[in-house]
Amino acid sequence: MSLDELYRDVILDHYSHPRNRGVAEPADATREGANPMCGDEIRVSVRVRDGVIEDVRFDGKGCAISQASASMMTEQLKGKPVAEANRLIAEFKAMMHTPAGAEPSDELGDLVALSGVRKFPVRVKCATLSWITLEMALEELGHGVAPATRGGTAPATRGGTASA
Amino acid sequence: MMGIPGTIREDFPILNQRVNGKPLVYLDSAATSQKPRQVIDAIVKYYSEYNANIHRGVYSIAERATAEYEAARAKVARFIGAAEPAEVVFTRNVTEALNLVAYGWGRRHVGPGDEILTTELEHHSDLVPWQMLVHERGARLRHIPFDDRGRLVLDDLDRLLTDRTRIVALAHISNVFGTVLPVETIAKAAHARGAVVVVDGAQSTPHRPVDVRALGVDFFGFTGHKMLGPMGTGGLWGRRELLEEMDPFEGGGEMIADVWLDRAEWNAVPWKFEAGTMNVGDTIALGVAVEYLERLGMKAVQEHERSITHYAMAQLSEIPGLHILGPGIDERGGVVSFWMDGIHPHDIAQVLDGEGICVRAGHHCAKPAHRKLGIGASARASFYVYTIREEIDALCRGLLKTRELFRVAG
Repeated sequence: MSLDELYRDVILDHYSHPRNRGVAEPADATREGANPMCGDEIRVSVRVRDGVIEDVRFDGKGCAISQASASMMTEQLKGKPVAEANRLIAEFKAMMHTPAGAEPSDELGDLVALSGVRKFPVRVKCATLSWITLEMALEELGHGVAPATRGGTAPATRGGTASA
Repeated sequence: MMGIPGTIREDFPILNQRVNGKPLVYLDSAATSQKPRQVIDAIVKYYSEYNANIHRGVYSIAERATAEYEAARAKVARFIGAAEPAEVVFTRNVTEALNLVAYGWGRRHVGPGDEILTTELEHHSDLVPWQMLVHERGARLRHIPFDDRGRLVLDDLDRLLTDRTRIVALAHISNVFGTVLPVETIAKAAHARGAVVVVDGAQSTPHRPVDVRALGVDFFGFTGHKMLGPMGTGGLWGRRELLEEMDPFEGGGEMIADVWLDRAEWNAVPWKFEAGTMNVGDTIALGVAVEYLERLGMKAVQEHERSITHYAMAQLSEIPGLHILGPGIDERGGVVSFWMDGIHPHDIAQVLDGEGICVRAGHHCAKPAHRKLGIGASARASFYVYTIREEIDALCRGLLKTRELFRVAG
């Protein structure tokens, strides 16, 4: 297993220069997600106008994978219609939960860089943490997908902004 | 003084392998220790020669199993300075030992308005059982704070200890900072208030001479898998009169003297607390682990770890942007937790794994302590009798490589 597959340049770039870090102001929904095993904590806030994600931001503490994944997520989803965002969230989770080697969807663009994480199974939760947290926030706004179509394991999430 | 023999690593088969193409460097002994061949052989011997249920069979192999199991109790009792073997109750681990005190002693003696005093740096296993107890009994949990070097602040001890304090529970050595806590001092103050003192000895028993009676405490828990023994072994030492008056933890076979359809009488101490078939084979192997440590000499073990820890702290301090948690060498055991500028501990552990090096990353089951420090996680290297300087050197090379990969300037 090569570490280069895990720590791709684009991932290290997003880790050292995170995009959309902070809190969306005003936010329509804010959710916290945590990875209790390793102590990663993330907060995702989102503002939706006319069915479009006008702003989505994240903050919190975590490893390079969880932080880069959150940064890449916000970059990809900002400005997208919620329906399309939900589809991308599903695509991303599907990619992370299929065996290493399976071909990821073209739609994912740069996010494909995170597919290397699949070779390090304990880190998959780091990569999906922000996505599942955003999914919960969208659900709270009534923009969610039906729970039956939601794959993967949900992290421990809390509503509101209370610190953990 | 006799040191640790240079050939000791030959006793640990697991150390002789390559992981990810590199020699295995195991620096996570505070999580679990590796096992010498002698301990592994004892398990094989038990299941190959005399596996039988204890305390009931009249046939020869059952008698042998019973004798070896009780001999293990005597070895452990001697090892920790118990007054007699009957003061040692075998449990799955220290967590179960602490829960046994919370349940068997705490439920009987802690009532509404009473207080339990612990510290802010405890492992979850020495926090959560007390939280459960105070919630159930309407009591209150208080905490001795620690300073920025992971040392307890005793300035307010007189205020924290009150006439309502029933239990004082603390670690002997912190699993995060490595700090050796002033157990004797706190035990004296606690006894002056009439409280019982419970010590989590998970990180001390494997690493230095322990004499539970000299410590002046009432209960002392230890875990076998951190002291060369198998997982699923450990125990609770308690002063006999306290064990006598305690309620059993679990009901079942072996813990009874007599049973009717509607009631039962308890067995004598310690068997009153050992319901059901115990982990006999592994407990016998724990006795072998204790003998192994006694042959090395616990003074020699302590001295070896002090020397390795001293070396590790000196070498790690040379790495730019690396910050060591906890006190200086004179106040700590063989645990060195640290964090690095710009690199999350998980990423440190991941890159080190690529080099065959095992360190722990996370909150080490001490989330409140990390929260107080304002860091979500730390990396931890911890040492034992088989740790050598070359492994510290490998760790430092791995950390420099981590900095390179993450392009941390400096």
